[in-house]
Amino acid sequence: MGKPKAWDADRASTLIKEQESVPGALLPILHTLQDEFGYIDKAAIPMIADALNLSHAEVHGVISFYHDFRHAPAGKHVLKMCRAEACQSMGCEGTIRHVEERLGVRLGETTGDRSFTVDAVYCLGNCALSPAVMLDGKLYGRVSREVADFLIDSAQRHA
Amino acid sequence: MSVKVYIPCDAAAVSVGADAVAKSVAAEIASRRLNVTIVRNGSRGMFWLEPLVEVETPQGRIAYGPVSVDSVASLFDAGFLEGKTHPLCLGPTEEIPFLKNQERLTFARCGITDPLSLSDYMSHGGYRGLERALKLSPEAIVEEVTVSGLRGRGGAGFPTGIKWRTVLNTQADRKYIVCNADEGDSGTYADRMIMEGDPFVLIEGMTIAGIAVGATSGYIYVRSEYPHAFRALKRAIAIAYDKGYLGENVAGSGKRFDLDVRLGAGAYICGEETSLLESLEGKRGQIRFKPPLPAIEGLFGKPTVINNVISLSSVPIILHKGGEYYKNFGMGKSRGTLTIQLAGNIKRGGLVEKAFGLSLREAIYDFGGGTASGRPLRAVQVGGPLGAYFPESLLDTPLDYEAFAERKGMLGHGGVVVFDDTVDLAHQARFAMEFCAVESCGKCTPCRVGSTRGVEVIDRIIADQNRAENLELLDDLCAVLTDGSLCALGGLIPYPVQSAIRHFPEDFHKPAPSPDNGSGKVSANVPGKVEETRPWH
Repeated sequence: MGKPKAWDADRASTLIKEQESVPGALLPILHTLQDEFGYIDKAAIPMIADALNLSHAEVHGVISFYHDFRHAPAGKHVLKMCRAEACQSMGCEGTIRHVEERLGVRLGETTGDRSFTVDAVYCLGNCALSPAVMLDGKLYGRVSREVADFLIDSAQRHA
Repeated sequence: MSVKVYIPCDAAAVSVGADAVAKSVAAEIASRRLNVTIVRNGSRGMFWLEPLVEVETPQGRIAYGPVSVDSVASLFDAGFLEGKTHPLCLGPTEEIPFLKNQERLTFARCGITDPLSLSDYMSHGGYRGLERALKLSPEAIVEEVTVSGLRGRGGAGFPTGIKWRTVLNTQADRKYIVCNADEGDSGTYADRMIMEGDPFVLIEGMTIAGIAVGATSGYIYVRSEYPHAFRALKRAIAIAYDKGYLGENVAGSGKRFDLDVRLGAGAYICGEETSLLESLEGKRGQIRFKPPLPAIEGLFGKPTVINNVISLSSVPIILHKGGEYYKNFGMGKSRGTLTIQLAGNIKRGGLVEKAFGLSLREAIYDFGGGTASGRPLRAVQVGGPLGAYFPESLLDTPLDYEAFAERKGMLGHGGVVVFDDTVDLAHQARFAMEFCAVESCGKCTPCRVGSTRGVEVIDRIIADQNRAENLELLDDLCAVLTDGSLCALGGLIPYPVQSAIRHFPEDFHKPAPSPDNGSGKVSANVPGKVEETRPWH
C-alpha cells in the first residue's frame, strides 16, 4: 500500500472522470479515492454525485453503509484484527485485549499520535492459521500476543 | 535441466512466512550458484505444514515443512534439491495421508501448478471443459450441469442446472454471469484458495456459463479482505484476454465473453446474492425482495446467473468428464465433492475435498487430528456464523445438505470450526447476535432491531437476571427472526443461538460473572465485558 496523498480536488476530479462511465461506477470510484487519499473527503461527495447523476444523499449513504470507507484519514498503520468464530476458538479476544491495552485504544479507534488504527474485521480467510490479523494490507497467521507485539514493534521501527 | 522448487504464494502460506522463505531460498541459490527455478504455486491446503516447500525429483515431488527462514540453509546442506532426507522432510507430497485420502476434482490443480501460467493450466487438463462446451448446444451444456447434480456451494445448495436453465430460457438483449466471491463466513477459505491457486479454473467455469446461457459479460465480486485473490484474478484475466480466452472471440469460437473483477467494501451481507447485485450496481448492499429472481431480473435488471466460486470452478471438470462422472461422487441428493475447510482449534487445519458423505467425526479426527490445544473437543460450528453449534454427540452426522438440515444445522459452504472445552456457548450465542447487529443491512425490522435486542436479552441471561423469562423471550425473538426476516442473515441467526441453548444448556445457567472478569485471562471465551462498549454500535 502506497502512502496516502493529501486531499487534492483536481486529482480527485481526474480519478472520478476516469471511471465514471464504468457500469456501477460508485464502488470502484470510492475505492480509488480511498487508495489515493486514505479516506473519502467530504468534498468528494458532490463531485461524485454530479459525475454519476446521483443525489448527495445517495453517495453519502453508500459511503456510510460499507465498513471499508473512512470519513477521516486512518493512522499511519492500519491493524485489522479478526474476531470471527475460528479466530475466537484460538484466543483472538485475548490478543485483541492485549493490543487494545498496549496501544491504549479500542477497536475502531486511532492512537493519539496517529500511528495506529486498530479495526475489527470478520474473517480474513485464514481460518486454519487462527488468530489472523492484517497489518497494512499484509496477512499474518497464528497471531499470539507475542506475534502481535512483534508486528507492532516492527511497524514502529519502520515508521 | 534446472531443478524446480515450489513455494506457495497463497495468502495463508504467506501469512506464516512463505515470502521470506522464498527470498531466503533465492539467496541460497544465488550464493551457491545453483541452477534452480522457484515456482510460486498455490497451496496444497495443508496449512499446519505451511510454508510447505516442494522439490521436483525423478521420484515425484518431495515435501518439506513447515519451513522457516532459519532452516533454509540446512535444507540445502542436506541435499533437499535431490529430495534427500532432513528433519522437515515429509516424503512424497502425494503420499501425505491428509492429501492422499482426498478426492480432488475442483482442486485438482491447486498447489500443483503455477497459478498464473496458462501453459501449466493447459497441460493439467485446463480448458478441456470449454473445448467440449463449444461443441455442444447451450441446452446440452445446461443439461450436463443438471445431470451432474451440482448444487450451489455457497451455502444455499440450490441446483445450479435449474438456475442456468431459467436464465437460458429468459429472453433479453443482455445477460450476465456473476461470481459471488464474497466469502465472508468464518471458517471458510476454499474460494480464496482457488482464486489464488488456480484462477483460470474459475475464469473457464464462468466462460462456459456465459456460453451456456447466452451471456456475454461477467463479474467476479471479491471481498476486500482478499487483496491477494483480487490481484491474482486481475492478472489471470489479463492473461486470458491476451491469449484469446476472453474477449470477442473466445478460443476462436466467434463467441464473446468479457470478464471483470470488482472489489467489495467490507459488508458481510453482500454475500447474499441480491445485496451483491445491488453493490455491483454501485448501491448500498441492501437485499432485494424476491421475486423477481436474479435469474429473471438480476444485475442491471437483466437475467443473471449468480453462483459461488466453487460452483463455477466445478463446471470445467463437469463439462470435461461429463455430468455422470461428477454425479457418481457423493450421497443422496448431495452429488459430487464437498470442499471441507477445517478451521479454528484444529491440529491439522486445511482443505479436504471429498465426496459428500464423510462424517464430521472423520473430517475432524481422521483428517484434522483433533484439537490444536490438545484439550477435549466441546463444540463444532459448521456452515459459518449462521450455522449451528454441534456437540460431540452429533459428530457422526454425514457431511450432506439434508443430514445437516435434519439435525437443525446447515452445511453451508463447508467450513468446520472446532472449539475445545474452554468455549462458552452463551458467549458464542451473544456473539452471533452481535455479529448480526453489526452486519444487518437494515432493510427488515426483525434483523435490524431484533439482533440488537437479542444481544441485550442474552446479556441479561448471562448476568442471571430473570433467566427463565429471558430464555423464553429469546426463543420468541428467534421465532420472529426466523419467520419474519427477508434473507438468510436474520433468518438463520437463530441457528447458532438456539443450537447453543439446546445442546449446551449448562452454559446459560452459570453464576453471573463478576464485574472484573475478563482482564488478562488466557481464554478468549470468557464472557468478556470489552465488547459491550465497542464503538460500532
